[in-house]
Amino acid sequence: MKRLAKTVALTLLKIVVVFYTIFPFYWAIVSSFKSGAALFSVDFFPAIDLTNYRDLLTNGNFLRNILNSAIVAVSVVTLSLIFAITSAYALGKMKFRGRGIVLAGILGASMFPQIVVLSGLFGTIRWLGLYNSLGSLVLSYMIFSLPFTVWVMTSFIRQIPAELEDAARMDGCSTWAMIWQIYFPLLAPALASTGLLAFIASWNEFLFALTFTLSDTVRTVPVGLALISGSSRFELPFGTIMAASVIVTVPLILLVLIFQRRIVSGLTAGAVK
Amino acid sequence: MMAETAPQSSWVKRIEPWLLLAPMLIVLATVTAWPLARTAYLSFMHASLDDGDLPRFIGFGNYLALMKDGDWWHAVRNTAFFAVISVTLETLAGVAIALLIDSQIKGRGALRAVMLIPWAIPTVVSAQMWQWMLHDQYGVVNALLIKLGFISHGIAWTAGAGTAMAAIIAVDVWQTTPFMVLLILAGLQIIPRDLYEAAKVDGAPGWAQFFYITLPLLWPTLAVAILFRLLDAVRMFDLAYVLSSKSRETATISIYARQQLVDFQDVGYGSAVAMLVFLMISLVAAVYIQVTKIRLISE
Repeated sequence: MKRLAKTVALTLLKIVVVFYTIFPFYWAIVSSFKSGAALFSVDFFPAIDLTNYRDLLTNGNFLRNILNSAIVAVSVVTLSLIFAITSAYALGKMKFRGRGIVLAGILGASMFPQIVVLSGLFGTIRWLGLYNSLGSLVLSYMIFSLPFTVWVMTSFIRQIPAELEDAARMDGCSTWAMIWQIYFPLLAPALASTGLLAFIASWNEFLFALTFTLSDTVRTVPVGLALISGSSRFELPFGTIMAASVIVTVPLILLVLIFQRRIVSGLTAGAVK
Repeated sequence: MMAETAPQSSWVKRIEPWLLLAPMLIVLATVTAWPLARTAYLSFMHASLDDGDLPRFIGFGNYLALMKDGDWWHAVRNTAFFAVISVTLETLAGVAIALLIDSQIKGRGALRAVMLIPWAIPTVVSAQMWQWMLHDQYGVVNALLIKLGFISHGIAWTAGAGTAMAAIIAVDVWQTTPFMVLLILAGLQIIPRDLYEAAKVDGAPGWAQFFYITLPLLWPTLAVAILFRLLDAVRMFDLAYVLSSKSRETATISIYARQQLVDFQDVGYGSAVAMLVFLMISLVAAVYIQVTKIRLISE
């Protein structure tokens, strides 16, 4: 009897936690299907009205923002992973003086508050002619993407046993070939999870995107979303904002759910230990 | 022949790791060390794009002005309040939810999947979602509270002096507690189950098992998770920017710094703000690592 009561209480608690976690997103979906006056009534199961979605998709800026975010995130992930593999090999598999200092530097960089470099980086970006272009974001996102990918890949590469490398060395394999022909395929799953996390971080970044871009055509999704406003001062744009929120979030949630095991292992490799 | 290749190969061996690291180090220096040095340099200058004067060296002038700047100290207090309260709530809720999920095998996978949803949602999106839920006239939160009889008319949560910060903390707790839960769940997995079996045999009650087994063994994981959350919280920008714009009541140090740099075009003063932010965050991290004695680099 006491056991049953405990099970019921725990189950109820779990339901509360699930409700609290999911409800805000559910409410965003529900609101995205309401337009006009329907938006102002609290209705949990409304009729599906796609006006907001149609408005968004016919408005060129929103699609352009999504494309921009995708270009930036894919470039950031590709570049960071290439740099991270060679760096992780050096830091995880080679013994050399200065290794500890480099590791400490990377750890320090991962704690770096972005606001600190804003004014300095602004000068660099101007000087490189990257202001108000997607290039400014690809460069500036390296500040969080590189330390993270290098750190996590280093901890993954360390787990690979040394026998493989010894055997390859016997056969006269060079370091470069070792990295790309032996370690690269072995690291593929780790690269996928690390890349996905770096992708999400770039997709969501706001401060640099708000500061280094100016025109609608180079804005990314978070900035576009934060700056959406109604066509008049009295029109509440929340229906459109919720539709936009759903469009940019659903793919992320699907990716995360499909790769959930990898993501958890990537997160813990970065933070635990 | 051996004698000939030996010195060369040892030379190659010494330079090789640096060749592999060079591209990464150069890019990282371009986006961290160099801009940091530039920010430090600018912080000693009077450099305002507003008045058209040429930049000139003014020593610690910007820093001295900052010491007497009420808005800056207000932003410092806001940030400290936000960081301490939200990280504390996230840690307590994170441990509780992780223990709940870990308590039974049934539904563990599904609950963990649910936890990933708020974490995957971009911060700007969660801010907009909550802004709509907390809307004074049409928000679902006010509608429910009125229906339940707690309040008689809608509250402007994100605009009110006392409630704006509470709203920001609530959104942050909703969004980042799942991250804590995932990390704590991973930490719980490392604890050997037979320790609990032994405790049960000895008749140790549940709370004793928690304080003498779970907490000490979870601590290394928890300490690192708290550090990451704390560093994230002190640099918070997007939530406050979207939820309550640039209101003084909720302005964080990041909001204040950007306001000086971008909105007021005061590059010198803004850089001094940024340098103080850097010093404060470094200090928080250093003290935290010293006090908790966590080891972030293995070997």
